[in-house]
Amino acid sequence: MRRLLSSKWTKVVVFVICLAPLGALVDRALHGRLGANPVEFVQHATGDWTLRFLIFTLTITPLRKLLNLPDLIRFRRMLGLFTFFYVCLHFLTYIGPDQSFDLGGMWKDVEKRRFVTVGFLGFVLLIPLALTSTAGWIRRLGGKRWQTLHRAIYVTAICGVIHYYWLVKSDVRKPLFYGALVAILLLWRLGIWLRKKGQLAATSPEVRHTATQS
Amino acid sequence: MLIRRASDLTYADVTPKCIYLNRRKFLRGMGLAGVAAVAGKGLLDLVSPSRSVYAGTKLDTIKGPFNTDEKITPAADVTHYNNFYEFGTDKGDPARNAQNFRTSPWNVAVEGEVAKPRTFSMEEILKLAPLEERIYRHRCVEAWSIVVPWIGFSFNTLIKLVEPTPKAKYVAFESFYDLKQMPQSRGTGLDYPYIEGLRLDEAMNPLTLLCVGMYGETLPNQDGAPVRIVIPWKYGFKSIKSIVKVKFVKGEPPTTWNRMSSTEYGFYSNVNPNVDHPRWSQAKERRLGEIFKRNTLMFNGYGDQVASLYAGMNLKKDY
Repeated sequence: MRRLLSSKWTKVVVFVICLAPLGALVDRALHGRLGANPVEFVQHATGDWTLRFLIFTLTITPLRKLLNLPDLIRFRRMLGLFTFFYVCLHFLTYIGPDQSFDLGGMWKDVEKRRFVTVGFLGFVLLIPLALTSTAGWIRRLGGKRWQTLHRAIYVTAICGVIHYYWLVKSDVRKPLFYGALVAILLLWRLGIWLRKKGQLAATSPEVRHTATQS
Repeated sequence: MLIRRASDLTYADVTPKCIYLNRRKFLRGMGLAGVAAVAGKGLLDLVSPSRSVYAGTKLDTIKGPFNTDEKITPAADVTHYNNFYEFGTDKGDPARNAQNFRTSPWNVAVEGEVAKPRTFSMEEILKLAPLEERIYRHRCVEAWSIVVPWIGFSFNTLIKLVEPTPKAKYVAFESFYDLKQMPQSRGTGLDYPYIEGLRLDEAMNPLTLLCVGMYGETLPNQDGAPVRIVIPWKYGFKSIKSIVKVKFVKGEPPTTWNRMSSTEYGFYSNVNPNVDHPRWSQAKERRLGEIFKRNTLMFNGYGDQVASLYAGMNLKKDY
């Protein structure tokens, strides 16, 4: 398992798998199988896959620790960037067919509709994360600051779930399902954080000083 | 525009039956490129399997009034993309899950503030008046729209037969509901049976259609078989499906979506581009088959027929 994870071919395979949802959409489009409302079909599919990839990305760290598979980190950036890729496609279906590329109209919509506002916020927050995803940027920002910045993905995940919840008319089962997964993944982190804080508080101030520096 | 009659062309011809009947075989035969594409397709097939054709009975019709000359939405789209929450909330669910819905025998009880309450069998309803084909615009509250050749006659034909008393001010409708036949209705967030209502003058308006068919044939199960109401100037959810009860009442009756969220779905729910749904705009709509959105018309373009019903009312308040 560990050898498989560190193989460079595994990364290639995962990359191709991450493209499958797009491949399926293209295949449907080519065969006229996007249903009666193709725009909506693509919009919902790309939205769904954004949330799924967000959840996959957030699952990497807990899995690494729980399964003791540190090499899983090799896939986190790729999954994060695929999240950004699918949200960009999702946004394109909105700015294009929905808003006819009218930026003024789009801005009014973002201001007025809370489900659009929260979705847009989640999308915008991902932009700096995608831009600073390279090793160079980690170096430039320093690990600690980079990590703080990239915690913005927690906010995006919450925004994404609320965006979906506010969109549906009465059947909230799917948004609640995604919401539950995001809640588990964030609560797990909160638990770790609280435990660390507790451990730090229990040690002497001197040790705490060195611990926060490391 | 040429109004096609059921006699020379059926609407299933819009998308040739042989193609959508054999869709799966056709696709399989072509061979598909890429393992990923095949895997993804299998997954997505669960969401939207290939379309089947409904087995409707042909109906003889005469040309009705109020026809729009806009392009008719293909039958396959209308019958495979719609809301009927009793059969599930996905747009493809009704076509998938309503196939074994039993619509015969069928009776509609008409009661309440009427001189002659009575129960109509489906056979009786079909003989109440000559069946007209009426091509109406249909606008969903979700901001998509279609153009459908419905079959039926003005609902006021039935109203006149039961003779409402002077106390009757509203009409309450109730849909069929059976959890055994509609297990997918669980968890959809609505209370069943689905109920709707109209003011008596709205119900009397000749545009209000008692509908028994579409595209030259009887109604497919998923579109509200065997009998429904179609009110073209109101959002689609007002056009209640699979009716079993019609009751004439004194006061405004409760309605399903209004009970679920009264700030979002009013009793009137007239199509109105100037009054937005609290969560989204109603100014534009996507006609199925089009990419970009078009402007939504006041009363869905039926203002000449119905605007007078609401004279003096504040439609921002009475949405």
